[in-house]
Amino acid sequence: MRIKLEKRLNPSVFMLVATPIASVLLTMLIGLIVFDALGIDGIRAVTDIFFTPLLAAYKWQDVAVKAAPLVIIALGISLGNRAQVWNIGAEGQYIIGALAAAGVAMAFGTTGGFFVITLMIAAGVLGGAFWGAIPAWLRVNYRVNEILSSLMLTYVAIQVLGYLIGGPWKDPNGRNFPQTAPLAPDQTLPILFPGTTIHLGVAIAFVLPFVFWVLTARSVFGFQIRVVGSAPDAARHGGFNTRQTIWMTLVISGAMAGLAGALELSGALRNINLGFPSGYGFTAIIVAFLGRLHPIGCLIAGIVLAVTYVGGQVAQTSVHIPNSTAGIFQAMMLFFILASDIFVRYRVRLVGRPGKAAAVEAGE
Amino acid sequence: MSLTFIIAAIVTIVGLTTPILLAALGELVVEKSGVLNLGVEGMMLIGAISGFAVTVITGNPWLGVLGAAAGGAVASLTFAVLVLQLNSNQVATGLALTIFGSGLSSLLGLSFTGRIIPVFGSIFPASLARDPILKVFFGYSPIVYFAIFMVFVVGWFLRSTRAGMILRAVGENDLSAHSIGYSVVGVRYGAIAFGGAMAGIGGAYFTMVITPMWAEGMTAGRGWIAVALVVFAGWRTGRILAGAYFFGVLMALELYAKAAGFSFLPSQFWAAMPYLMTIVAIAFISAREKTGSSAPACLGKPFLASS
Amino acid sequence: MTKPMTHETPGTTSDAPRLELIGISKSFPGVLANDNISLSVQPGEIHALLGENGAGKSTLVKMIYGIMPQDAGEMRWNGQPITISNPKAARRLGIGMVFQHFSLFEAMTVLENIALGMDAKIPARDLEARIVEVMKHYGLNLDPQRIVSTLSVGERQRIEIVRALLLNPKMLIMDEPTSVLTPQEVEQLFVVLRQLAGEGCSILYISHKLREIKALCSTATILRAGRVVETCDPAVETSRSMAEMMIGGSLKDIERGSQRSFDRQRLAVQNLSVPGEGPFGVALKNISFQARSGEIFGIAGVAGNGQNELLLALSGETPCESAEAITIDGVAVGTLGAKERRLKGVATVPEERNGHAAVPDFSLSDNTVLTARDRLGMVQAGLIGRGAPRRYASSVIETFDVKATGPGAMAESLSGGNLQKYIMGREIMQKPAVLIVSQPTWGVDAGAAAAIHQSLVDLAATGSAIVVISQDLDELLALCDTLAVINLGSLSRIMNVADADIEEIGLLMGGVHGDPDTKIKISEDVINAY
Repeated sequence: MRIKLEKRLNPSVFMLVATPIASVLLTMLIGLIVFDALGIDGIRAVTDIFFTPLLAAYKWQDVAVKAAPLVIIALGISLGNRAQVWNIGAEGQYIIGALAAAGVAMAFGTTGGFFVITLMIAAGVLGGAFWGAIPAWLRVNYRVNEILSSLMLTYVAIQVLGYLIGGPWKDPNGRNFPQTAPLAPDQTLPILFPGTTIHLGVAIAFVLPFVFWVLTARSVFGFQIRVVGSAPDAARHGGFNTRQTIWMTLVISGAMAGLAGALELSGALRNINLGFPSGYGFTAIIVAFLGRLHPIGCLIAGIVLAVTYVGGQVAQTSVHIPNSTAGIFQAMMLFFILASDIFVRYRVRLVGRPGKAAAVEAGE
Repeated sequence: MSLTFIIAAIVTIVGLTTPILLAALGELVVEKSGVLNLGVEGMMLIGAISGFAVTVITGNPWLGVLGAAAGGAVASLTFAVLVLQLNSNQVATGLALTIFGSGLSSLLGLSFTGRIIPVFGSIFPASLARDPILKVFFGYSPIVYFAIFMVFVVGWFLRSTRAGMILRAVGENDLSAHSIGYSVVGVRYGAIAFGGAMAGIGGAYFTMVITPMWAEGMTAGRGWIAVALVVFAGWRTGRILAGAYFFGVLMALELYAKAAGFSFLPSQFWAAMPYLMTIVAIAFISAREKTGSSAPACLGKPFLASS
Repeated sequence: MTKPMTHETPGTTSDAPRLELIGISKSFPGVLANDNISLSVQPGEIHALLGENGAGKSTLVKMIYGIMPQDAGEMRWNGQPITISNPKAARRLGIGMVFQHFSLFEAMTVLENIALGMDAKIPARDLEARIVEVMKHYGLNLDPQRIVSTLSVGERQRIEIVRALLLNPKMLIMDEPTSVLTPQEVEQLFVVLRQLAGEGCSILYISHKLREIKALCSTATILRAGRVVETCDPAVETSRSMAEMMIGGSLKDIERGSQRSFDRQRLAVQNLSVPGEGPFGVALKNISFQARSGEIFGIAGVAGNGQNELLLALSGETPCESAEAITIDGVAVGTLGAKERRLKGVATVPEERNGHAAVPDFSLSDNTVLTARDRLGMVQAGLIGRGAPRRYASSVIETFDVKATGPGAMAESLSGGNLQKYIMGREIMQKPAVLIVSQPTWGVDAGAAAAIHQSLVDLAATGSAIVVISQDLDELLALCDTLAVINLGSLSRIMNVADADIEEIGLLMGGVHGDPDTKIKISEDVINAY
């Protein structure tokens, strides 16, 4: 038997939607089997990871707060990926965005309010955009692959963070821990529902996908991104500027990551320590693919991934699975979604191999 | 600077260089066959833990290295199946492999944290290996000599063997190679598995020689530097050796910055240095070369035979 | 049928054909590519396989060469039934093939390229000696150590031929071998093929160029829609009669008005120079020409002599240094980009349909947005209208008789000819002042080609100026009013098609290539072939 591929005339919309769902289900199934094999209660573990956060109302706020940065970063990443511009350094842009916001907060001391918070968020956006602009500049002018440069800049950003929070920005009252002082109460984002942790950033994360939807589906800019990604020569033929596209996608996706960093700082964490880079920038890559690079898909996939984060913590206490399991689950989902891409564009059939009798009998 | 200091520095540099040299040699062969595998970091981590685990279990570091190679190769085959059989996007699949490798290695590593392992004995007589001066030549782990040996093997293979010529042909024009009758997918499977095995051994160098112990995410981006090194070297074997030592020196700077009198800059600056220099080096090389002329023509592109 | 040649290879049944196909069929999803095909090729015979694109020629030879299996039917080799399961098996039998699109490795040497095509592992030095020997025998000339990317198209084809000849083939399949050659190179190829046939090698010669087949082949099998429609002697038939058998109808001539005058200049190119891009790019040197209202201006030349660069410079995809280098209706546009030039009335159709002229995985409707969005006002406040692209796509489909499921069909789902008609229609219906097209009928069947030619003539009649860049000299001679040849980025003197000299055009196309072999006198039959 071997696999035979037949190209579809039009990509299958059904498969486009069905395969991400199947990927999640398949991940659950494999998790169940593997956990059982490891002597862990598989059903309990999978239920805790994938369903408890959704069924238990008190977990909803955790899911929403975790989903917000993932969704925002993924929107930027998927914009770039549609243009075949690979920003995998969102983690670094996220860090720089948060640092920029923290810098503004520090400059105002304990002064807060609408103006200062707006300024903090703007600084975060600009910081992230700046960190994203570096790979764009290098790619456009020196043909440096943005995958490598954006990733290298993430390691640089981690060192910048280490230097600032351990040196000039160190909290004087922090018992010598490398961390910034907590934000003043007036410098934090408003909480939307009293008694919860759901901050304004969550609302932003729920609105932005719709803005991006209009942008990608209807605007000339969205069209330009799709053409550049699908057929660069055709884009040039249509009068679209490839360099400008690289600049725009990397700057926008940097800005999104920076925004997420600023919101995470001012809405959820309120100070920056060495644990601040928690990998959202990398997980958002999975969100972007699981969401099929569609803004609404990113919103849904962001929630799914947030569920696995929260559920992973639940399962950690209930069935004592290690923390890193969530990461494996997330990577597995990405593997499945990538593997299933082929079903969207091709019909896959199994066909019998022609018999061995077909060997040549060459004329002597 | 005393002679002892210089010798110690050289030993450190050789140690820091070896893992990226191994991983980059593997990635070179993969890319020459037309495949871009960005999962090097993940394969190194899996190699690191599997090498360590096999050594703990068997007590034999030689088997550990084999285990690391096998671990890296098996991990790379996941990538290979997706990319070669299911035609998935190579960039995204490589990233997935890296994420997967870091998750899996930390899960597997849980039961090995804090364990200690027998290390390699020297393959040379102690009189040479321990000699304060001659240890510059004889005082290394066998993996170091293996890495240098592999530079010549890979160079010879690509340049002078028929199999190497076929591999280059597959990377240069997969459709033509297919129409002549070569198995593009088969050649690429082999190349990817080799790349995985080399990355695995490179990762094992961390857990079996440098520390030797297991810690989560201990390769710290060296896999990415190995990928960058292949670009930096313009897909040429000899330049990979030179480039790897260039990065080895940069990484040693972080450790020696204070001693060398560079303490006026914060330690984070020196830690960021290899990553910054990677970017600068690639910019320098890419800007000088004509439009990617030395890159294999099919690099990163999907291959679908028409029948 | 021609008589078997006297050179018999040992072990063959004396009067059996070299290759005999009996009732071969092959189908693909939705298409019956080969339907019950039978033919036979004698030793030493040059046998033409003639048919339009899509008639099933390629499918048939792929089965003979072992690239794909047949669904039904039998193949016989020297009288013995055989199954050829892969190209290696075909080569072992003595079947060699020279592909239309060469399977070469650009960054590798001639020697490495040949070694890759050999099944036997011969040491490089011995192989080099044998290559030199074979080339000497057939009067070919090529340095085995050259890197392929530095070779001309004719030289590249020679690699493929040498590779096949090293196997001492008993049958050589040539797939459209002359489509990219200059007349002189064609002549040289014919000499080699005749010598080979004289030595007893059979040649299966695939082409749709009828006059070449008349000059070279002794038998022709004509395919249409997967079936054999006729086996004939090309010497007896006329080109027209074979063409009509091939397309299954009578040939339509281009209709154009009798009274044509070219009044005002619409496109003027003055000393256009553009540096070559990338390692294999060709620099354009001081190109000057003009196209007037109603005129069709042709640019002939062998592939890779700057045609692509010229199209990109004219379309605005590569901006020029000087604004005056290109003027449209007297307005200097040289420094403008593609989008701005389009607004000034320039429309272009590049050679590559998939991925350059059109986005393969976009719908036909989205593909109108690519080049027509500004001229036809499809964009308001940065947002693309929903109705306008669909309506325009529908009207192009209808006017140009494009076979597609509708404006929502993906561009890649169309056949080559239909997509080309669609792209031509998309540009022509924008009523451009100047239309520049490259290879307008490349890989397109005769029906579609005729329609495309007619649409160009009709557009010219409305007062537009048209520039046609093509490697197909026949096409240019039939279509154009004036003509020039591009070679190594320079344009030759401009001539009127009515009094053009084929030999001069041929020399201009290839003579300056630094390849002495092509500077030979063209023989009568090639001249007659035009």
